[in-house]
Amino acid sequence: MEYFGSVMSLMFTALLVENFIFSKFYGCCPFLGVSEKPATALGMGMAVTFVITVSSAVTWLVYHFLLVPEWADYDLGYLKTIAFILVIAALVQFIEMFLRKFIPTLYSALGIYLPLITTNCAVLSSALLIVQKEYDFIQAVCFGFSASLGFTLAIVVFAGVRSRMENADPPRAFKGFPLTLIAAGLLAMAFSCFSGIKFG
Amino acid sequence: MNKYVKQLKEGLLDNNPTLVQLLGMCPTLATTTSISNAIGMGLAATVVLICSNLFISLLRKFIPKQVRIAAYIVIVSGFVTAVELLMRAYFYSLYQSLGLFIPLIVVNCIILARAEAFASKNKPLPSIVDGVAMGLGFTFALCVLAFVRELLGAGTVFGFAIPGYSENPMVIFVLPAGAFITLGIVIAVVQKIRNAVADKAHLKAVEETRKSVSKAENREEASV
Repeated sequence: MEYFGSVMSLMFTALLVENFIFSKFYGCCPFLGVSEKPATALGMGMAVTFVITVSSAVTWLVYHFLLVPEWADYDLGYLKTIAFILVIAALVQFIEMFLRKFIPTLYSALGIYLPLITTNCAVLSSALLIVQKEYDFIQAVCFGFSASLGFTLAIVVFAGVRSRMENADPPRAFKGFPLTLIAAGLLAMAFSCFSGIKFG
Repeated sequence: MNKYVKQLKEGLLDNNPTLVQLLGMCPTLATTTSISNAIGMGLAATVVLICSNLFISLLRKFIPKQVRIAAYIVIVSGFVTAVELLMRAYFYSLYQSLGLFIPLIVVNCIILARAEAFASKNKPLPSIVDGVAMGLGFTFALCVLAFVRELLGAGTVFGFAIPGYSENPMVIFVLPAGAFITLGIVIAVVQKIRNAVADKAHLKAVEETRKSVSKAENREEASV
């Protein structure tokens, strides 16, 4: 029961308190790039959630059974960046092929976003964070799932804000990207109210 | 030689990777809470960029087109690991304050963009210069942002407190929200300057066409 509680608090923290976008800045490129319409933002968010959840499990296994196994007397921990990025790239490719073959409806919804995800730093950083925080397997998967859900929440909410801004008439210098950033700043302010919440 | 100076100017100002091309937003927003962090992050990325540009340029005829992105990522992550280990050995406090953003240089869009757009098509020497130019442009942008944020948010410059202000600064600027807002305002200033330059060029072009038209009219009148 205590374990369950710790996993729940970990998930809540990853979802809101340490939101990937608004407090950690992991995955800002797709956040700012693919958030023009709520529908595409939701597609991107779902693709990221899917990939991060799977990759958290796979990279945990790679790290604990290949790079730093308990029974072996070697330590390849310093290779984790290279190993993880290769695993993620291969995994994204594999997920793309798998979805195209077996779940074509999901593929047509997420297909165009999948290749972009390899270079999304949210994926690599969640894999590295799991190693850094020494989570066990269940915690790792729960962390990956809730952190990427936090990413989805941020990008969908922000896409709603941006679609409202389309008709706005800002000063010429602020048109486009600067206005987007300032709106993101205001949202980050709203999210910073979660930072007071601490568990355990 | 002139060509390289032009390349440097391109990377630092005209085609600045962060402020004009809008690439590599994650480290830009995350590591600019102080100038020393910004310089550390910028130089680490510059070193990786120079090395990866050089190697990708040397290997550009051997890397098959279909797997080039994977090959670039492997080369880049090798150099990133080297830089990470070196920083842990020699700049431990910087290594700790930058945290995960050193390994995340692997997925920095600037590095992959330069590999794809420049190093894979050019000879080694111009590729190195391109790495220096773009890396310094990135560092420059980070420093501008960090200067504003550190000054307003912590009341310090390079860690030295400003008397009368540092006791009660606007903390929001070192918080995540301040990162977005400051970057937005800095890019708006850049756009303002670029708009002014573009307007000037446009006015000049209009003026010239008007002159040539009136000249042509004069000639016509003369001939009549």
